[in-house]
Amino acid sequence: MSKANDTAVTGAKVRKTITNVIVHVILAILAFIWVLPIFWVVITSFRGEKGSYVTTFFPQTYTINNYVKLFKDTTILNFPRMFMNTFVIAIFTCIISTIFVLSVSYCMSRMRFKMRRPFMNIAMVLGLFPGFMSMVAVYYILKALNMSEGSMIPIALVVVFSAGTGLGFYVAKGFFDTIPKSLDEAAIIDGATRWKIFTNVTIPLSKPIIVYTILTSFMSPWIDFLFAKVICRADAKYYTVSIGLWKMLEKEYIDNWYTSFAAGAVLVSIPIAILFLMTQKFYVEGMSGAVKG
Amino acid sequence: MKKTGSGRKKEFANPYTVTKAVTKGNIITKLSMLVMGLGNIAHKQIGKGIAFLAVEAAYIWFMVTSGIYNLKMLPSLGWREQEKVWNEKKSIYEYVAGDQSLLLLLYGIATIFVTLAFIMVWRGAVKSSYEAEVLAKEGRHLNTFKEDIKSLFNQNLYRLLLAAPIGGVLVFTILPLIFMICMAFTNYSKLDEHLVLFDWVGLENFAKILNFGDSIGRQFYSVLGWTLTWAVLATALNYIFGMILGIVINRKETKGKAFWRFCFVLSIAVPQFVSLLIMRSMLQTTGIVNTLLLKYGLIDQALPFFSNATWARATVIIINLWVGIPYTLLQVTGILQNIPGELYEAAKIDGANAIQTFFKITLPYMLFVMTPYLITQFTGNVNNFNVIFLLSGGNPTGVGDTAGKTDLLVTWLYKLTIDKNYYNLGAVIGIMTFVVLAIVALLTYRNTASYKDEEGFM
Repeated sequence: MSKANDTAVTGAKVRKTITNVIVHVILAILAFIWVLPIFWVVITSFRGEKGSYVTTFFPQTYTINNYVKLFKDTTILNFPRMFMNTFVIAIFTCIISTIFVLSVSYCMSRMRFKMRRPFMNIAMVLGLFPGFMSMVAVYYILKALNMSEGSMIPIALVVVFSAGTGLGFYVAKGFFDTIPKSLDEAAIIDGATRWKIFTNVTIPLSKPIIVYTILTSFMSPWIDFLFAKVICRADAKYYTVSIGLWKMLEKEYIDNWYTSFAAGAVLVSIPIAILFLMTQKFYVEGMSGAVKG
Repeated sequence: MKKTGSGRKKEFANPYTVTKAVTKGNIITKLSMLVMGLGNIAHKQIGKGIAFLAVEAAYIWFMVTSGIYNLKMLPSLGWREQEKVWNEKKSIYEYVAGDQSLLLLLYGIATIFVTLAFIMVWRGAVKSSYEAEVLAKEGRHLNTFKEDIKSLFNQNLYRLLLAAPIGGVLVFTILPLIFMICMAFTNYSKLDEHLVLFDWVGLENFAKILNFGDSIGRQFYSVLGWTLTWAVLATALNYIFGMILGIVINRKETKGKAFWRFCFVLSIAVPQFVSLLIMRSMLQTTGIVNTLLLKYGLIDQALPFFSNATWARATVIIINLWVGIPYTLLQVTGILQNIPGELYEAAKIDGANAIQTFFKITLPYMLFVMTPYLITQFTGNVNNFNVIFLLSGGNPTGVGDTAGKTDLLVTWLYKLTIDKNYYNLGAVIGIMTFVVLAIVALLTYRNTASYKDEEGFM
């Protein structure tokens, strides 16, 4: 009796081990596919041979000149300055849009007022238009506000990247909805104002979603190149990294700059990757540390 | 729908309406229709009253200096061409600036916006005056300026929190959008040289795009078909694979959860346009993939990743999986961990197996929380400019066509406006994209649980 039980247990155990092995192998293969292009960029950035056409996966010679070129050869494409431009713009965009997104999501999730439903419907309708459809118009609005020239360009970019972010409240609102309302009610009984509840109850419970919001908004200036291109026009002094990298792949630059493009891509990814390493923790912890419904 | 609408009205009913102020208000309240804030000042709400008055003064100043002219020019959009005029005194030709239809249109719309905003403030002022009057008459407490400010941190917190985000949306999303929508009804296009001065043409552009016989119309239907196919496939596949991956990584038995997650999420850390440009260069006819496959004799000739229509379409969908799955994974991870543990424990006690718990607990919960996310993904994919533009550039393109075989409506819109300067046709395409999305989204969104019952999952 007990022996039969034992074999059944070991049988189940073996089956479990096999599933586990299969799962891990599949995960490894998938992870390889996902990491491969990134690996390719990294080794390309150290490649000695110029140009975009190669016949071997691994470079034949290695060099760090591609990186040196980025920082030394600043007459045509000034990479360090582009990097700083984008970095500053990203920080301001990140602060503003995180505040916007959290504010709007909190109001939509927790407060009840007359314009709530209409606002949500309007937001949904607006989300259905191609974002870039209004780009030409945005440029003229900025021009009318005297924000399209010279040193106003970075400010204009911050405005463009963050102004409309209040509409992207769905994800955070969905998250706030899962935080039990009883917490709010308890706080109200204790005499807390709505503001206190927002800052002292909701926000501390929402780390994962805040991190998510910060991440996505910090990245938008690095990722976008269309708006930046339209707003900077030919003013190379205010180029963001994305336009710079995009330029390097244009016909007149690609032969000289392809490997430096890879180097630039690596350098651009670093601040974002660092941010990610820091924030990974929050995803792993997720909501497991927060209140359970 | 109507029922809930009136229910909402009742829920947020305000006893101090504009109509009541007009019919029942005293002379001061009626005067504050002309001089905003008068009623507030009369009842010692000085700060509030002065604020209303300041808004009125600013609006009048704006209308006198430029607003009225802007509105006057809106119907014609200008007609004066730039002219050369001989200046006797200086003996030179001087250019006299002509009208610029684009700016006239923009300023006209902006003026309408300002006016609408003013009307809303005006209504607020009248209501506020009437409220002050009634409260004073009944001997009830009137909020001081300080108390008004304080209420912004409590029951009126939403006004404080929403002011800036809504302002941003109004100026940088809604205003430009209406501007572009108006463009669809004009002849603002490089065709016939209408780039400086243009006119309203009604529905002409729509007729052209919807007409099967026209070359533009024929391309429209083909692009529309591919856009929908793409959006459905991209959204569904990303969601399914992303969710499976998330659940697999989240299994209790999976070792190194953080590591796996990191591997996948790393691709988000690389700016999307960089990874897409890399992919493109890897998949070119002379790119590394084809080169290596040819070198090791696995293929005889280069694979037409972007030069054959079917190949190109499959390629962009597969690469979009590479781009999109990590995002789904991020979403899913947070939500999976957010599912109340008691649900699983209860299910376990009731003897449910893994598959039953998935279909009865995990999936409904995920769909409840993620339907809005799915809809945004779908619209995001219909408007997925980056992936198409950077990977295939919409190619391959037929001879004489403006749209390629992998062009979405949105990349076609880019080509029509930026490359060709057919702004009016571009705007029509934008509106068409919206119409398509609106139909799909309204149908699904209205029927989702999280829209109907926001109060909670359980």
